[in-house]
Formats: sequence, structure tokens, C-alpha cells
Amino acid sequence: MSRLLILGAGIAGHTAAMHARRKLRRPHEVMVVSPNSRWNWIPSNIWVGTGVMTPDQVTFPLAPVYRRLGIPFIQARAVNIHPEGNPEEPRPHVVVEHTGGERAGQTERIYYDYLVNATGPKLNFDATPGLGPGGHSLSVCTWGHAAETAEVLKENIARMKKGEQRTFLIGTGHGLCTCQGAAFEYLFNVEFELRRQKVRDKARIIWISNEQELGDFGMGGMLIRRGGYITHSRVFTESLFTERRIRWITGAHIREVAPGQVRYETLEGEQKEQSFDFAMLLPPFAGVGLKAYDREGSDITDTLFAPNGFMKVDADYSTKPYEEWSPDDWPRTYQCPSYTNIFAVGIAFAPPHAISKPLFSPAGTPIFPTAPRTGMPSGVMARQVALNIADMIHGRAEGAVRTASMAHMGAACIASAGNGTLKGTAVSMTMYPIIPDFRKYPDTGRSLRYTTGEIGLAGHWVKHALHHAFIYKAKAKPFWRIVPE
Amino acid sequence: METTRKPYEQTYYPPVPTKFTRHMRTNLLWQLFRFLVINVKMLRMVRKH
Repeated sequence: MSRLLILGAGIAGHTAAMHARRKLRRPHEVMVVSPNSRWNWIPSNIWVGTGVMTPDQVTFPLAPVYRRLGIPFIQARAVNIHPEGNPEEPRPHVVVEHTGGERAGQTERIYYDYLVNATGPKLNFDATPGLGPGGHSLSVCTWGHAAETAEVLKENIARMKKGEQRTFLIGTGHGLCTCQGAAFEYLFNVEFELRRQKVRDKARIIWISNEQELGDFGMGGMLIRRGGYITHSRVFTESLFTERRIRWITGAHIREVAPGQVRYETLEGEQKEQSFDFAMLLPPFAGVGLKAYDREGSDITDTLFAPNGFMKVDADYSTKPYEEWSPDDWPRTYQCPSYTNIFAVGIAFAPPHAISKPLFSPAGTPIFPTAPRTGMPSGVMARQVALNIADMIHGRAEGAVRTASMAHMGAACIASAGNGTLKGTAVSMTMYPIIPDFRKYPDTGRSLRYTTGEIGLAGHWVKHALHHAFIYKAKAKPFWRIVPE
Repeated sequence: METTRKPYEQTYYPPVPTKFTRHMRTNLLWQLFRFLVINVKMLRMVRKH
């Protein structure tokens, strides 16, 4: 009997667990360890953050689903990996600390034959003094944060209804943030909600971001065919901001969030300040801080993990200038080079570099988006890794055969710009490939046939349909397999 | 609310949609058609995996 241990039960970990259980014959075992007791459809957190959805609409308890699927579930956080075992437990194992129930705080060793690291990110609010719900700004990264943010938004709307003017600052809280798309969605949903509440004239809304220009989204922007031109996403994004009367600050690294004020450095080297009454600023991401030890107990964390805490996989991590970046740098199988029974998927794997061009202020401060790993590619790589492991356990393959390189993968992204069955809108984007390939597409980096974008009510319907479809799938209800990753 | 596009400020330069373009974004018939188109585009992406 072999055991596949999956760390994390987010989009990537949960997808891997469901596919692995579907493919692995018993008595082979699939086990999941996650510090959270609930599954969260994170793309809908922006609607919790504006108060149009409740946390219960975007989450559900994991234990009953795993019980039904026959997957042992342990609510705990992984602390250490011992890929060679140690004198107490000779098999490869992970030390976990329970986070729920009567065993909360206790540690346990869990052995594995195959390990999938899908722990997601640590929300690194500490990178910027004063950033985050523990400081002076808000977040929508978790359903709990989003619910708190909705309450603060409600208070601000009440004050505006009494005639007060308020300044809303939304964007990224550090020079190396990613997931600008989530902040963008929240920005436009707040603007939509303020209009719906008829207080838009009392609000000054400002976007602040580490992108060099609007429309980068950590993807280096994208070029699409529109109106007889090949046009950059910057043009469409600036158009949308202008239409909704939102000011923007780009190329900004927030150094500090003080009460009612951020202090930031720009790519031009200026030190500036911006006051606010309401600030929703995303944190940068880091690895969750797993440590690794060899059989003798020596620390081998540097062997398994990059300095940012994400796990090294089959990518090319050699340092090279932007001009020499290649699609081949990106991982294909997500297999750890030093221990071939370990894989990392979703946000947990270390990207070889950013997608957007790295830029620095005159003082040397890096101010550019790091590489995003959104739901669709995370789900695809998780499925491929699960199927590879199932094949290896069954002896059908000696190594990881299926690939899921982001350089050969497309993505569809729906960014909400307002929630309403008849008045809502969303930006619908498709792109192929995710990682630009300037050898294949010399002028654009991506296929103009498959890279598209438009805004409209239809996008909102699609986003709502995806919300229900993915929660249905994650609950492993009948025919869940027909919902693609 | 800032209501005008002032010359030489950042919001002066980008294109803005006409009334017709804005209307079509929420026109039910047109958006039903776009809904089908977007779904086809997304399925094309899925098939490329």
C-alpha cells in the first residue's frame, strides 16, 4: 500500500486529492492535511468584501466531503518535512501541528510515499509595516478578512450618506505583490456598490499598484486585436479607470501604512504620501515557512525551498536577465529535483522568475509584480501531478509523464467589475500561452487568436456560473468531473 | 466626485466608451450572444491543456 499525502486543501490541493482518489485503487491511500477546516472559493471573496455575499456562500466544511470520498483529513499545519526519515521514523514523513479540535497544538508525524505540497502562500503582511488587518489596512485574501472589510465598507457608506467625503485607496501593499487582478476586482466592485448606494459623489477612489503601468496584472500585460488595432491591455484598463473616474498611482512600493496614510516610493525614486479613509491593500506572498531536514537532522531547507519559501521544482532557477528569459525556464512536471517523490503545485511551487519585467527604483528597490498562479493553471497542474503519481504508484509509468507547463497552457480569467444580474459587468479575458513566448510570437508574445478581452454583462453571468460550478465540483457532487479545471 | 476630464491630467488621454458602447455592455440580446461566445472561448482554452 502506498500513501499520497497532500499538504493544503485549497484549489490546487483539493483538486489533486479528488483526482488522486478517483484514480488510485485501494488500498492505496490519499490523505489531506490542511490548517483550514473549510474550503474557500477565493475568487468570490471580493463579493464578501463588498457585502453582497456571506462567508457561507463562498465556503463549506471539508471534513464531510473527504469522509464521503474516503480521504482521511487532518486539520493541521505542516511544520517540517523529513524526506529521508529520521531515527524515530525511518520512512519519509511530515511533522504537523494540529489546528482544530481536541488535539489543537499537538504535533504528529505523518509518513508518506508521495508528497504533494499545495500549501499556498503565507500572506506576508509583515513585509510592510502597518499593512493588513492587524495594522491599518484591510484585506480580502481570506473570507474572514473579506467579511471584516465589508463591515468597514458599510460604516463608510453610512458616513457618506450623512454627507461626509471619503477617500478609498485600493491596490497592492508592497513593491513585490502579485494578484493585482483580485485588487482590481475589489476596486471596481466597491465603485459599483458606491454607485448602487447613491454615494459615489462623496467618494474619491484611488488605485495604487506596483505595476509599471495599468493593465500589467503581473502577466506583463497582453496585446489583443480590437477595433482594427492590436492594442495593449493598458489602453483598455486606463479607459475603464477613466470611465469610472478612478485615479491611479502605478510603479509604487508602499513602505509603510500609518493610520489614514500610506508612504510610498515610486519607480522614479520619489518618496510620496497618500491619505485615505479606507484602504484595502493586498500583501505580498511568501512560502508558508516549511523546514526540511535530512536523516541526520541537518537543515536542508535551502535544498528544497527557494529563499522566498516556495518549493523548488523542475524549473530553471539560474539567474539571468529579462532578455534571456525563456518559456523553457518554467516547470513542466512540478517534481522536486532532489526528492522525486515530492511535488509542489499551485502557489506553493517556486516560479523561476517573474513574468513582468523586473524594474527597480534609483535606490534599488524592486517594484514589479511577481508571477501570479491563478486558479485555472493551479487546478490543471494539480490534476496532472495527481494522475502522474497514480500512474507511478500503479507501475504504469516510471516517472512523471504528463506535463502542465504554464508556457504551454492557456488561461481564462473573469474579473468582476460590478455585481448585478442585469447591471453587473465583468472583464472576460483569455490568453495563450500564460508565459509569453517571443520566439513563437515575436511581436506579441502570445497568440492573437486565443488572447482576447471584453467587458460586459455576459462576463458577470459567466463569473456567477463559475462560482456555482466550482463549488459544486469541490463538493464532489455527482458528475463533478465534467466541470473542467 | 471628479466629473470632468481635465486637459493634461491622466484621465484626459485614454479612450472612453460612447453611450452606444456602454449600452451594448448590458443589452440583454447582445450579451446573451456574448455569453455563448465567451463560453466557447473558455472551452477552447480548456481543450488546449
